[in-house]
Amino acid sequence: MAVMKFVPEALKNLFKPPVTTSYPFEPAEYPERARGHISIDIDNCIGCGMCVRACPLGALKVDKNAGTWEIDRFDCVVCGYCAEKCPKKCLHVIPGYQTPEREKEGVLYKKSEEALKAEAEKKAEAARKAAEAKAAMEAKKKAEEEAKAEG
Amino acid sequence: MKKRSIVPYGPQHPVLPEPIHLDLVIEDEKIVEAIPSVGFIHRGLENLVQKRDFNQMAYVAERVCGICSFGHGFGYCEAIEDIMDIEVPDRAKYLRTIWFELSRMHSHFLWLGLLADGFGFENLFYQCWRIREKILDVLELTTGGRVIFSVNKVGGVMKDITPEMAGAILDMLASVKKELKAIAPTFTEDYAVKSRLVGVGVLTKQQAHDLGCAGPFARASGIATDMRKLGYAAYGDIDFDVITSNDGDSYARCYVRIREIFQSISIIEQAIEKLPEGELAAAVKGNPKGESFIRIEQPRGEAIYYVSANGSPHLDRMRVRTPTFANLAGLCETLKGADYADVGLLILTIDPCISCTER
Ligand code: SF4
Ligand code: SF4
Repeated sequence: MAVMKFVPEALKNLFKPPVTTSYPFEPAEYPERARGHISIDIDNCIGCGMCVRACPLGALKVDKNAGTWEIDRFDCVVCGYCAEKCPKKCLHVIPGYQTPEREKEGVLYKKSEEALKAEAEKKAEAARKAAEAKAAMEAKKKAEEEAKAEG
Repeated sequence: MKKRSIVPYGPQHPVLPEPIHLDLVIEDEKIVEAIPSVGFIHRGLENLVQKRDFNQMAYVAERVCGICSFGHGFGYCEAIEDIMDIEVPDRAKYLRTIWFELSRMHSHFLWLGLLADGFGFENLFYQCWRIREKILDVLELTTGGRVIFSVNKVGGVMKDITPEMAGAILDMLASVKKELKAIAPTFTEDYAVKSRLVGVGVLTKQQAHDLGCAGPFARASGIATDMRKLGYAAYGDIDFDVITSNDGDSYARCYVRIREIFQSISIIEQAIEKLPEGELAAAVKGNPKGESFIRIEQPRGEAIYYVSANGSPHLDRMRVRTPTFANLAGLCETLKGADYADVGLLILTIDPCISCTER
């Protein structure tokens, strides 16, 4: 009859250090792939909204004109689908879990002034070019019409 | 006739990991009949297919359950791949097999711990969960999640297992094997443990067959049913036997699951050895149109996925038949004639997963 089969194992445990760590006093170690939270490289974001459409949870909001990207970290389940879908690859899944907060609210990321300025300049440049092209076209048309009228 | 009374059991009860309610009709201390009712955690995930597109649903399907999550994501992706005629690359098939078996191992360790807790052996319970932690660490290393992996997508997998990771898995398997060998005799030979398990809640082969039981619960009653033998993913290339026992009691269920952990270790070792090179995922074009019906072996038994698609990004219908649902009828049968003190233990022996059952 096998009685007290567990005794040797139990005795061994008496002399072993605890297997648990006393988190949060000792920091936790995460592997490189740990899906902790989503980070954004906001200056590369073009505000296309692909991530918003991909998110199964509806945790994201993007405003292209204001240059903002907003995530509700309490809604996000860190599935990583947005990061996979982003055409500029500016979203990343990185280690480090969401900490508890008192308020459940979104975190807003805004493009830096330089990035906004650069974008505005780019836009102005594009607009100027478009206007130039339009003016050239009109001038050409006018010239053609005049040529016709003369002929 | 003796006096009968009805004792409500659950949904909140110390031995129950998840909410299920049973009305127990008892005579003295013996159960005469058990009437189950579920529905405490219904979330309506199946209905979400009409609101989320079929790629997003892979993430939703995975969250049907926290323990067999890999299998749910996998079964759903298999069903869509079947409809769209996608040939999954070989490497992806092997990776899926490895992750599937790792999740089976952690599920069985969880169960062994709960069983030990069920018969009041707290030290054994902690040992099982301590070993399980190593498997979770490896899963976090390779997939990024401890219980929700998010590595399956329609067409293949999203992450690779590098040679270093494969090495880490093999090291972990060797140490888990050694530690399981040290504690397994406590489950299978210890006098006190055996007195709680042997001959308790017997389900005969005929009963298990008639009630349509699935998984280790059915295998412990002598029915050799294992969907892995259908050869999905890489199981067709891997050598393994269906583990059965003829006793049909709680001891047999424990014994079958312990042997299955050793078997999973061997399956993972074989899969890592044979792991072919190649792509991780096949390209997916267009939307699915048609129907599919997929059977897979979850840690708790056979699960069935039915998907019906209409050619738009949103599916018409998804249906999941989970192993616990199949085993509830068997559970009520085993409870008949049992002692009231064994009820908690018997509920545990089917390895109930109520979240799956209610989706
Ligand atoms: S998908 Fe990428 S680029 Fe587009 S809005 Fe989202 S973060 Fe920005
Ligand atoms: S990780 Fe998933 S849930 Fe979180 S924002 Fe991205 S898509 Fe949404």
